[in-house]
Amino acid sequence: MTLHFRNARLINPEAQTDRLGELVVVDERIAPGPEPEGGTVIDCRGKCLAPGLVDWGVKIGEPGERHKESLRSAALAAAAGGVTTIVARPDTLPPLDNPEAVEFARRRAAEAPVRIRHQSALTRGRDGAEMVEMAFLKDAGAVAFTDGVRVVADTRLLSRAMTYARGLDALIVGHPQDPGLSRGAVATSGKFAALYGLPAVAPIAERMGLERDLALVEATGCRWHADQITAACALSALQRAKAAGLDVTAGTSIHHLTLNEFDVGDYRTFFRFTPPLRSEDDRMAVVEAVASGLIDVIGSFHTPQDEESKRLPFATAAPGAVGLETLLPAAMRLYHQGGLSLPQLWRAMSLNPARRLGLEGGSLSPGAPADLVLFDPDAPFVLDRFTLRSKSKNTPFDGARMEGRVLGTWVGGTRVFGDG
Amino acid sequence: MTFRQRHLLGIEPLAPAEIVTLLDLAERYVELNRRTVKRADALEGLTQVNMFFEPSTRTQASFELAGKRLGADVMNMAVAQSSVTKGETLIDTALTLNAMRPDLLVVRHPESGAVSLLASKVDCAVVNAGDGRHEHPTQALLDALTIRRAKGRLQRLTIAICGDIAHSRVARSNLILLGKMENRIRLVGPATLMPADGFGCEVFEDMAAGLEGADVVMMLRLQKERMDGGFIPSAREYFHRWGLDAEKLARAKPDAIVMHPGPMNRGVEIDGTIADDIRRSVIQDQVEMGVAVRMAALDLLARNLRAERGARATEEGIRV
Repeated sequence: MTLHFRNARLINPEAQTDRLGELVVVDERIAPGPEPEGGTVIDCRGKCLAPGLVDWGVKIGEPGERHKESLRSAALAAAAGGVTTIVARPDTLPPLDNPEAVEFARRRAAEAPVRIRHQSALTRGRDGAEMVEMAFLKDAGAVAFTDGVRVVADTRLLSRAMTYARGLDALIVGHPQDPGLSRGAVATSGKFAALYGLPAVAPIAERMGLERDLALVEATGCRWHADQITAACALSALQRAKAAGLDVTAGTSIHHLTLNEFDVGDYRTFFRFTPPLRSEDDRMAVVEAVASGLIDVIGSFHTPQDEESKRLPFATAAPGAVGLETLLPAAMRLYHQGGLSLPQLWRAMSLNPARRLGLEGGSLSPGAPADLVLFDPDAPFVLDRFTLRSKSKNTPFDGARMEGRVLGTWVGGTRVFGDG
Repeated sequence: MTFRQRHLLGIEPLAPAEIVTLLDLAERYVELNRRTVKRADALEGLTQVNMFFEPSTRTQASFELAGKRLGADVMNMAVAQSSVTKGETLIDTALTLNAMRPDLLVVRHPESGAVSLLASKVDCAVVNAGDGRHEHPTQALLDALTIRRAKGRLQRLTIAICGDIAHSRVARSNLILLGKMENRIRLVGPATLMPADGFGCEVFEDMAAGLEGADVVMMLRLQKERMDGGFIPSAREYFHRWGLDAEKLARAKPDAIVMHPGPMNRGVEIDGTIADDIRRSVIQDQVEMGVAVRMAALDLLARNLRAERGARATEEGIRV
């Protein structure tokens, strides 16, 4: 089977180029050169063709919370959002913390239209007391180990888990946050939190958590990734660790790149995140860090919550927002504002996460899987949350003017979204 | 005779010649122990007290037999349940005991260094039967005797010590002894159970690679409390990666011997069929050598004790 993508604006994150051209796909993979014979021609009409997004840190409600998101609804939302690989979180009910559970989840995921890979919990039950069977879990297909936003407070255990992980070359994902300072906090310390009377945490807690984990990485030599860096004060620590040659990468969330603490407005719970939205200065510093490559990865941190979990007082409401379908248009805000180029964005949303997790994808190079997204970066629309394919509709972008529409999504050369 | 120690507190103070002297004497006690009448008089008239501040069945029985076969009056004190629980300090216990004038004191204690402390407060000869994570010299000596008998030598062997190295006094004493005798020592185990510097030995996390071409595979016991996720995730993952099974053992030399200080956790650190394989496993020999080595150790210490007391008595003009 051959696909000819003609007249495409090719966004190549490896070469960091953005130029017109064509792309040929033969048998699920990107072909080295033009194939004159046969196949389907897709006229891209000058729209952008890029590697599909690799969204690292997606919560799927299976097992345990299928009423919020099923594997199928998540996969459909992903396809519609141009996400060709979901890297799922282990914070399910019960958590993915044993090889049998990961094996089962992986088999279920094989039926989905997009690729789904799983992270495992780092400790049993995400309780921070006993490490999981990392060797068996890695064999079962776990791509990384994380307790998510539950910080492993026992430093000795974390140190041992990192030591154990090093021998397996396993990747540990940390949530940089001092658990003591951030306990009970739902907003960032500052004028807004003070005015609205919300329990708040200073951004310094993020730096403290980061510094602790980096010190352990230095001592143990394990591979480590920070899930979300959202505060300006944490960036210098990250910079130093990278300059010292530690095997460290960092991510951030699309929401922290596009929203700030004032967006919470009148206690709107769809804007409640962990960590909380930051100041505008922090937001701009983090955008700059993505541009410079200091922050490697942008993810949606898709967190489906049903209406009942959000229709509560701000501090009681469940944190998080859905993001699979809004990751791309939200990222276009950064493009149109001039902060980030499309190749820079795709480096962070596709190439880097794939590389860091040892996955194929994120590439337009010959031989790469034909995981592709065709999109119009300029198409304007007003988001209606009830049009989302996710079972849960908790998006902070409801009613927002956005630009950027996905026209088609291909996974392994098979079209999973869009007409024709 | 080359054995100048007043106590046997560890392998560290021993010279290679002293180790050889002790093993040579132990060989003679192996012969004695295989006779129907197992009786010698090396410790005739001496009092041996076994003080175990930590529960032990095997080691205590071995020391008790060793003393009795050499004619000593042996007393076992189960200290774990007595004065210690009443709040007496270790030094007070030692002084009390010293006043009863024992000649040989065999001590096991859960804290590293406790046996040396006790030895400094008493007049008799002290044998360390295991102090915390520090040393267990008679175990290393019985292992050495087992290896020497099975391999015909105690030099230039490749010996893999596998498992919980960090918490093991057996590993520590063994690698000191085998190092003194110029063997190539490899340490194999999870990084979480490996001391930071690896004692300057070759360290392997991959067990198959660590066993490659080994003459001796020495397994260590994994304590139950270490299996619960604090150091390693689970017993089954431990067995998968560091349990000795036929597949991993196949990487060692075809005539490699398998050792274990006991008690074994079958299916955790060692596959039961390997432990029972009489062509490979020397685990029962180790137990047998244990009694002989302890007899030799007690004998040598008693000789030095007598010599020392004799010299002192002569100085003071007293006839013993």
